[in-house]
Amino acid sequence: MLETLKLVSRQGYAFVARNFHLVKRYWGWELVWLIYCIVNALSITFIGVGMGTLTGSQDVDTGYLVVYLMIGTLVWQFLSSLFENISQMIQWERWEGTIEYTLMAPVRRYVHMAGQTVFAIIYGLILTGLIAIVMALFFELDLSRANIFGSVIILAMGGVSFVGIGIVASVLPLLYPERGTQMAYIIQALLLLISGVYYPVEVLPGWLQTVAKISPATYVLEGMRRALLEGTPTYELGGYIWPLLGMGIVVLPIGMSLFRAGERYARRTGRLKRSG
Amino acid sequence: MGENRPALEVIDVLKEFHIKRPPLWKRLLGMASSQNGHKTIRAVDHVSFRVEPGEIFGVLGPNGSGKSTLIRLVATLLIPDSGTIRVFGHDVQREEMAVKRMINRVSVEASFFKKLSPMENLLYGARLYGLSGAEARRKSEAILTRLGVRKSSFNEPMEEMSRGMQQKVAIARAFLTRPILLLLDEPTTGLDPRSKREVHRIILELRDEHGATILLTTHDMYEADALCDRIAILDEGRIVAQDTPAGLKKTVGNGEREPTLEDVFMELTGKRLRDENEGEE
Repeated sequence: MLETLKLVSRQGYAFVARNFHLVKRYWGWELVWLIYCIVNALSITFIGVGMGTLTGSQDVDTGYLVVYLMIGTLVWQFLSSLFENISQMIQWERWEGTIEYTLMAPVRRYVHMAGQTVFAIIYGLILTGLIAIVMALFFELDLSRANIFGSVIILAMGGVSFVGIGIVASVLPLLYPERGTQMAYIIQALLLLISGVYYPVEVLPGWLQTVAKISPATYVLEGMRRALLEGTPTYELGGYIWPLLGMGIVVLPIGMSLFRAGERYARRTGRLKRSG
Repeated sequence: MGENRPALEVIDVLKEFHIKRPPLWKRLLGMASSQNGHKTIRAVDHVSFRVEPGEIFGVLGPNGSGKSTLIRLVATLLIPDSGTIRVFGHDVQREEMAVKRMINRVSVEASFFKKLSPMENLLYGARLYGLSGAEARRKSEAILTRLGVRKSSFNEPMEEMSRGMQQKVAIARAFLTRPILLLLDEPTTGLDPRSKREVHRIILELRDEHGATILLTTHDMYEADALCDRIAILDEGRIVAQDTPAGLKKTVGNGEREPTLEDVFMELTGKRLRDENEGEE
């Protein structure tokens, strides 16, 4: 038992260490990406600051709008980073040509996914944290009423679902070597559209509001805004926590099963090879 | 692991690849490179052989004869359409994880994270097989030094290394995990004669001192002759001959001079080429 635990932790750590080595080696790109993300987050949040000027109204609660947009920007940054790092794990290796070596190693797929997920969480938290620090220098934040504990619970629950969706999307490059990554980006873009990242879901057309109900990001964003903006206590956040928990329980095993099926299909049809 | 079990059993294995017809819209717009319909390529055609523990078994064949497909089937990277493959009695499909623990592979393309250094790549590979970081680092340094990789290159990105050096790191990655069945798919392609000789020595050492069994594909007839206990010659997915190097040479001897493995190879796989050329004329 102890030996198995040691083996599993070494194998899982292999993915974490490898990815951080890659981050270190591609530091220039990482820096560019960080600057891009900061500028993007600031640009979006300044819309809140300028809303009074844009509408000519004195009644706009600029402070509320800024925090509303900041929550959207930061939460989306974290969730999309999680999604990208997991959904592209196969594509990276296919591009580098190492996919056969990784899949040939005696590593259970859940260990592989867990290692990649741990890296994605740490990376996402560092990136989002750095963006949040810079944003705090630009905008005044009033979190005196915020329920931080509740918001962390919601983010963690939402993260589980996003890991599941990321695993589902990571299968695509196995099935479609040429177009799989583009398909994953489409999933990410759709989630951005329907989940109320920068606006309330209620402004969407009716049919899109219905679709929004199956996106975990919708619950994460609404729940976090209630916790952080309105200070809603954790016991009143059940309407967001329970659906997220349910989605996580359903999506994660589905993702794992689909990945296994996708890997088997790729091995049957010879699609693991770089040339496809 | 039973002593009398063969290291590798390949029994009547068949593997085909299907190439689909391009979609109608691509054909209509002239974007399809081929207008042909569904095509089936039989890469491995009812192949059977057996490799005993500690044996170095060579597979020779022209390009596209199915050698790499065969290696991938044993390496659990492909699933056979029919037939059975067992590694020390473990079925590669049903007991995949047990098989994976016993094997490693060196392929003709040195596949690495090119921005990472040899040490970072080897640490990653070694940890996947359960080695600790310290142990992996120590062993990596020893193997890389032995293969003639300069110490100053250990922490430089792989992309800055020559093809031959990258191949040496690939060999080090496979040796690091001490596999009991080592799959070598043209491992010395691109290496200089000195490095080739060093790899040959390490292969023999792995077999003689650690009891590893080796399945080797190569285009280097000297390498096959020097290393292999037995050789199978593969042509168009089928085994056309299987024997010791000496036994194979006897089959083509014409008395004028002692035949080489190259003569055997040309005789057994070149006939079709000649026939086709004659047909074209």
